[in-house]
Amino acid sequence: MFRNTYDSDNTVFSPQGRLHQVEYALEAVKQGSAAVGLRSKTHSILLALKRSTGELASYQQKMFRIDDHVGIAIAGLTSDARVLSNFMRQQAMSERMVFNRPVPVNRLVSAIADKAQWNTQEYGRRPYGVGFLVIGQDQLGPHLYEFSPSGNSYEYYAMSIGARSQSAKTYLEKHYETFMDCNLEDLIRHGLHALRETLQQDKELTINNTSIGIVGPAGAHETNVPSDGSFRILEGEVIEPYLKTMIAKEGETGTAAQPPPATGDEDVQMAE
Amino acid sequence: MTSIGTGYDLSASTYSPDGRIFQVEYANKAVENSGTIIGLRVKDGVVIAVENLVHSKLLVPGANRRIQTVDRHMGLASAGFLADGRHIANRAREEAGNHRDTYRSPPTLKTIAGRLGLYIQAYTLYSSVRPFGISTVVGAVDKDGPALYVIEPSGVFYGYHGAAVGKGRQLAKTELEKLNLAEMSTREAVTEAARIVYAVHEDNKEKEFELEMSWIGDETKGLFIPVPKDLKEEAERKAKEAIEGDFE
Amino acid sequence: MDHFPGNWGRLRNDDYDAYGTFPIPHRPSNAPKDTFSEGVQRTQQPIVTGTSVLAIKFKDGILMAADNLASYGSLARFKDVQRLRPVGDYTVIGAGGDMSDFQYIQSLLDDLVVEEFTSQDGHNLGPKEIHEYLSQVMYGRRTKINPLWNSILVGGLKDGQRFLAYVDLLGTTYSADTLATGYGAYIAQPLLRRAVEGRADTLTEEEAAKILEDCMRVLFYRDARSLNKYQIATITASGVSISDSKALETSWEFAEGIRGYGAQTQ
Repeated sequence: MFRNTYDSDNTVFSPQGRLHQVEYALEAVKQGSAAVGLRSKTHSILLALKRSTGELASYQQKMFRIDDHVGIAIAGLTSDARVLSNFMRQQAMSERMVFNRPVPVNRLVSAIADKAQWNTQEYGRRPYGVGFLVIGQDQLGPHLYEFSPSGNSYEYYAMSIGARSQSAKTYLEKHYETFMDCNLEDLIRHGLHALRETLQQDKELTINNTSIGIVGPAGAHETNVPSDGSFRILEGEVIEPYLKTMIAKEGETGTAAQPPPATGDEDVQMAE
Repeated sequence: MTSIGTGYDLSASTYSPDGRIFQVEYANKAVENSGTIIGLRVKDGVVIAVENLVHSKLLVPGANRRIQTVDRHMGLASAGFLADGRHIANRAREEAGNHRDTYRSPPTLKTIAGRLGLYIQAYTLYSSVRPFGISTVVGAVDKDGPALYVIEPSGVFYGYHGAAVGKGRQLAKTELEKLNLAEMSTREAVTEAARIVYAVHEDNKEKEFELEMSWIGDETKGLFIPVPKDLKEEAERKAKEAIEGDFE
Repeated sequence: MDHFPGNWGRLRNDDYDAYGTFPIPHRPSNAPKDTFSEGVQRTQQPIVTGTSVLAIKFKDGILMAADNLASYGSLARFKDVQRLRPVGDYTVIGAGGDMSDFQYIQSLLDDLVVEEFTSQDGHNLGPKEIHEYLSQVMYGRRTKINPLWNSILVGGLKDGQRFLAYVDLLGTTYSADTLATGYGAYIAQPLLRRAVEGRADTLTEEEAAKILEDCMRVLFYRDARSLNKYQIATITASGVSISDSKALETSWEFAEGIRGYGAQTQ
């Protein structure tokens, strides 16, 4: 149904000057479960929805630590993400070795964006099928970036990627102006509310399917956080206190986190 | 373009029967849909201004620049695919670095524009690559004085006093032609550049935009740098006044 | 195996681009190395050399001094060589040893500074980063048994932090409130320590400059590869400045009494 003459190759422009293969790669990102990122004056955080292929399987890893000061959440092809995150780790280590400093976050993101651009221009390759949200802190404070397979990267106050991320984006656009002055707990609550928007009917956020990534000083519920507030991933029991802070959506009663109405684009499940 | 779909437009390495290379023409389409970029070469310097279209209000203002610095005295901005623009900026930096390592002196803009032209042309020769979906405005003050060039997806490049690429290039060119660029100071050029970008954006109003300007001239000590905040705000204020004046 | 027949049958370099993800123009070449590499000789000695560099911390920053001489063996060959150079906005390096190697290092650092400038993202290289980079370059070259024949002082001030450290042709590094390279390490270092240690946070710029001048004078008396023309670099919160060449006031009356030097008395 999508088929047209100009879409089989990334080295071909359509008559409108578009690159269909690249646009399809962006679709691959939307096949992955959602990730949300947001930032305040002091913190940058990531939240992601993990999928599992069934009761006997573990949940898919959605977050990766790159260096003490940088972490990513992914949506799309996990194997592409692992190659790219490996590259980011190498860059980060090389910056520490050569200059004895943590790599500036924007340069790390630009490095993978520039790498992705080549895959949109050379024959015999495909664009990467994964999008990242990258959080990190450097001399200029906390940051949040989006990386996408087209080779574009942007810095945002808040962003979401993956399946039904548009619903989360709508939430973020409504509330982002308040994020700057939020404390960590409020920021996470906003993040959870945004992530909740991406859920399918009858699903809710649990300690099993939610990951939270943080850079910035320790929050009220955290222990053993290094004084420099380096990147950590919260999963399992420790996120219970945050899930409890969620406020039920308007017009709904009973337990918190009732699923929102489906938003049209059907989520593609890996195997279910 | 009646030859669309005849099979002669699927590869940069194929001519159509009437001698055209459609893939290069399609690459130009990617440029034409992009936000406008203008360059002004004046008495003592160069100004590059960009109508940076903002696709989301969640973007951090000022953090996602389209103007890139190539060397201390040289910069560029590309209309079209952002990622291709970064590719060519990286290539330009490499070229400038190689020149410095070989000759122990900073390159002239003519040298770099020439090298970039060759590089971009190479991407119009083979079916294994696609052409660049960008037109690049490069500016500098080098040993020969201020210089401004535009390199197109075909690899051709021309020198300009005033240049415009992207969606609003026609109107921008008309406005640029009214100016006495050869007598103008860089500071005046900043004001004019802002005014033109704002005027051009009037035809593209459904999208938000951010004005982005960099300059090099007598006031910048030989460095290609972003226009200082106060000067930029002043120029934007005047630009908005000029537009409102037009409606009265 | 990858998609590039030129690489087939050759060892893959797993340290670099293990998955063949690099774009074709950036792909590492596995082609045979230079056929004559066995016959290439590496640097065994410096040729045109500079002598000592001195540097101390003071209340507001760093002061560094070096003379303007480049010797060709024992010949005082060039008397207008600048051995103190600014790197970026926060750092000065001063070098003794081979001057052509120093010029090469300057071009490396200039490339680095331009790269940093062109990224225009608010991140700048400070003395700490430049010293780390230099020490990696120096150690890397010595590991190839092809050293850059210098001893270098890196001084600077960024974000209110003073920095002063040493790196040499072996990749050895250390840091202290007073540093001296070459002959100065023997003659001037004890004098500098006596004058500065424990006072690095209280010395004024004038006092610090006086200490360096006195040491440069002692070195000119004692070091046969030195010159009575020198420069001082000052790095403070307001930036980097390198003085014009200054002449040292010296007095040689004492030489009259030295046998074999002054007028012969017997």
